Amino acid sequence: MEVGQMQRTWVEYTKSLFREGFLDGQFTQLQLLQDESNPDFVVEVVSLFFEDSERLLNDLTRALDQQIVDFKRVDAHVHQLKGSSSSIGAQRVKNACIAFRNFCEEQNSEACLKCLQQVRQEYCLVKNKLETLIRLEQQIVAAGGSIPIEELSFQGYKVKL
Amino acid sequence: MESCNCIEPQWPAEELLMKYQYISDFFIALAYFSIPLELIYFVKKSAVFPYRWVLVQFGAFIVLCGATHLINLWTFTMHSRTVAIVMTIAKVLTAVVSCATALMLVHIIPDLLSVKTRELILKNKAAELDREMGLIRTQEETGRHVRMLTHEIRSTLDRHTILKTTLVELGRTLALEECALWMPTRSGLELQLSYTLRQQNPVGYTVPIQLPVINKVFSCNRAVKISPNCPVARIRPFAGKYMPGEVVAVRVPLLHLSNFQINDWPELSTKRYALMVLMLPSDSARQWHAYELELVEVVADQVAVALSHAAILEESMRARDLLMEQNVALDLARREAETAIRARNDFLAVMNHEMRTPMHAIIALSSLLQETELTPEQRLMVETILKSSNLLATLINDVLDLSRLEDGSLQLDLGTFNLHAVFWEVLNLIKPIASVKKLPVTLSLAPDLPEYAIGDQKRLMQTILNVVGNAVKFSKEGNISITAFVAKPESLRDPRFPDFFPVPSDSHFYLCVKVKDEGLGINPQDISKLFTKFAQSQSSATGNSSGSGLGLAICKRFVNLMEGHIWIESEGLGKGCTAIFVVKLGILERSNESKHPFMPKVPAIHGQTAFSGLKVLVMDDNGVSRMVTKGLLVHLGCDVTTVSSSDECLRVVSQDHKVVFMDVCIPDGFEVAVRIHEKFTKRHERPLIVALTENTSKVTKENCMRVGMDGVILKPVSVDEMRGVLSYLLEHRVLFEAM
Repeated sequence: MEVGQMQRTWVEYTKSLFREGFLDGQFTQLQLLQDESNPDFVVEVVSLFFEDSERLLNDLTRALDQQIVDFKRVDAHVHQLKGSSSSIGAQRVKNACIAFRNFCEEQNSEACLKCLQQVRQEYCLVKNKLETLIRLEQQIVAAGGSIPIEELSFQGYKVKL
Repeated sequence: MESCNCIEPQWPAEELLMKYQYISDFFIALAYFSIPLELIYFVKKSAVFPYRWVLVQFGAFIVLCGATHLINLWTFTMHSRTVAIVMTIAKVLTAVVSCATALMLVHIIPDLLSVKTRELILKNKAAELDREMGLIRTQEETGRHVRMLTHEIRSTLDRHTILKTTLVELGRTLALEECALWMPTRSGLELQLSYTLRQQNPVGYTVPIQLPVINKVFSCNRAVKISPNCPVARIRPFAGKYMPGEVVAVRVPLLHLSNFQINDWPELSTKRYALMVLMLPSDSARQWHAYELELVEVVADQVAVALSHAAILEESMRARDLLMEQNVALDLARREAETAIRARNDFLAVMNHEMRTPMHAIIALSSLLQETELTPEQRLMVETILKSSNLLATLINDVLDLSRLEDGSLQLDLGTFNLHAVFWEVLNLIKPIASVKKLPVTLSLAPDLPEYAIGDQKRLMQTILNVVGNAVKFSKEGNISITAFVAKPESLRDPRFPDFFPVPSDSHFYLCVKVKDEGLGINPQDISKLFTKFAQSQSSATGNSSGSGLGLAICKRFVNLMEGHIWIESEGLGKGCTAIFVVKLGILERSNESKHPFMPKVPAIHGQTAFSGLKVLVMDDNGVSRMVTKGLLVHLGCDVTTVSSSDECLRVVSQDHKVVFMDVCIPDGFEVAVRIHEKFTKRHERPLIVALTENTSKVTKENCMRVGMDGVILKPVSVDEMRGVLSYLLEHRVLFEAM
């Protein structure tokens, strides 16, 4: 595939991610931070996000498996996950975390388990999407092209807390 | 003489034939000679005949033919050679002319025929023009009728006359049997018969407005033919023998003043219509013509306009009457007020002198008495006298001050003064009383609060003292905290007080002072009365309110004079209360003010180089968050160090760091800020501390301010926002985002 077509695919794919709510304006900010002095910024942050999230999800599973659930700890973990996902712009994960925290406050373990499922699901989805996106970017760079960030004309994608 | 032309009659029986031929030839010649004469006669009579010379030719041809035939007469009998020659010549000439004429006719006849077709066309055109003339005439008639009707309708501004005239004129112009106007009732659900042509006072028929026929008429802006049997048309008993006349209905928009907006002039969006019903005479076999319908539509529109003019006029007359009444009342009130003010001023003048003199005497003599030898009982009594008279003196002074304030005769004494010192002095004054009541008082001044300011020091102190005094007075327990900081103009615009418009400027700043206590609190309903003179809340349970009721009123006046605003918030009795006031003070420009090395001389909104090398510290326990914030700041050119815990932060932070960004959601986040303040006591050594939080609540912001943070930023933050924040921060050294 030649570079122009790959770039177009990348643009379409990215736009679809935004449209479907997987990512929000924060992700764009990350993309803007990537430049010649920092060429792998996005990849680094995304990898860190994956590591962090896996660890947190495991911790959460363990914490919710206990006989007596320590909701404070659960809440702390979810808070971390929410922070990470909002820093990276993973909108759906963040929203799931917000719902999760509400149930933690209510100390409702049934609902918490369900939320955990939800969060895990969203995380898997966004992980796939991001991995695909990164692969696309690597292909473009390998073929000698550049990532056409300016083609994603954003208006109103920024979501303010 | 073989060529003798004597022809012997060969057959005697032929004599009859010859006789007939003779006679015929004679008549032919006669006819031939008379035809040109006739032609000439008639052509002479007609004014226009284009082909005169053709006529001549034709005439010649005929004459010669006639001549030929005439000469023929002589050839029946014996004739001489001359006759023969003449005959021959005549015949030759005739031949020539007739051939020429024949040739000419080929040319002429098509022309003549075309004249005929042209004539036909012209006749058709004339008929058409006649028809058009008829139409124009009818239109002109209609126009004339409309103008006349309009003139009649618009010549009056009285509603009833307008409508009556309309009906009368329409009836006359169109020779109607009946004409009626149905107006919508107040409820808008029915149409009521309001005016008719023939009946003088129509009985109040009503029909519901939702009938299909009415909807049909209302939804169309043309005159609509309706059935004579529908309810709106059956207003009188049917008088004719065969057929009721055709009925037409048209809607009359009832325009409202608010419909006349220039912007949507072409579409008059109006919901209310009246219905005009017109009936042709019964048994007349008359039909509604197009021009009559047009007339009706135009009239309906004109009526609508005329009615609205009448309505507008009515309204404006009413408004004018109202205004006049109000004017009179206001005048009266003004005069009464003036009288009252004069009376009060007289009273005050008396009070000023007369009451102060004895007061001073009492106070002076009581103090002197105190110095002498007294028994304990006597001492007690004298002290009480002194206290009471001091109180009385204060009251008198307050009242006088207040009246001067209200007169507008009080002016602020502006001067340069030490703002910080004012607060410390108030604190010193109030500490004794507070410690007696065991109420801890804390004062926190924002680091950006200027040391010196321009304003009225005495009255500012009076205000602060009064407010703090109230807090102490009305608390039996709990903390009293005084905070003072520079308020950002946008956050001052309080929707509860729309009259307060702080205008930011380079030479002034707005000082905001908050005094919070955990004492008796105030019933939210009484808050509005607090600032009124002499009004005391009836529900003060303990009855220890020793206020004169004037303190806050005076404060409010002072604050207003300083172009500020004061208000009190309380959640209820027993829940404490917060008094807040904002005043405008002048900024003292000092030439030797130390400039921060990173004070941007260029607009630092664009251009990342303004921050190049700026050392910052980022504290966040979330790895991803930390990385993103670091990336952001690196992108802007800063030199970033990251730490993930408060201990690490305290270890690493140094004088070189200019800004510390900390996520306040981590435990001990706020503690760190306090520690940093303790570590760097001098203001110019301490890094600016900015909180990063996802939480927008007031509580968080207040907590941040309380521990001495310089700013709060909401996560997640974009590159542009961070750039703006950094530049603002470095310039102003404080940033509290507007809520």
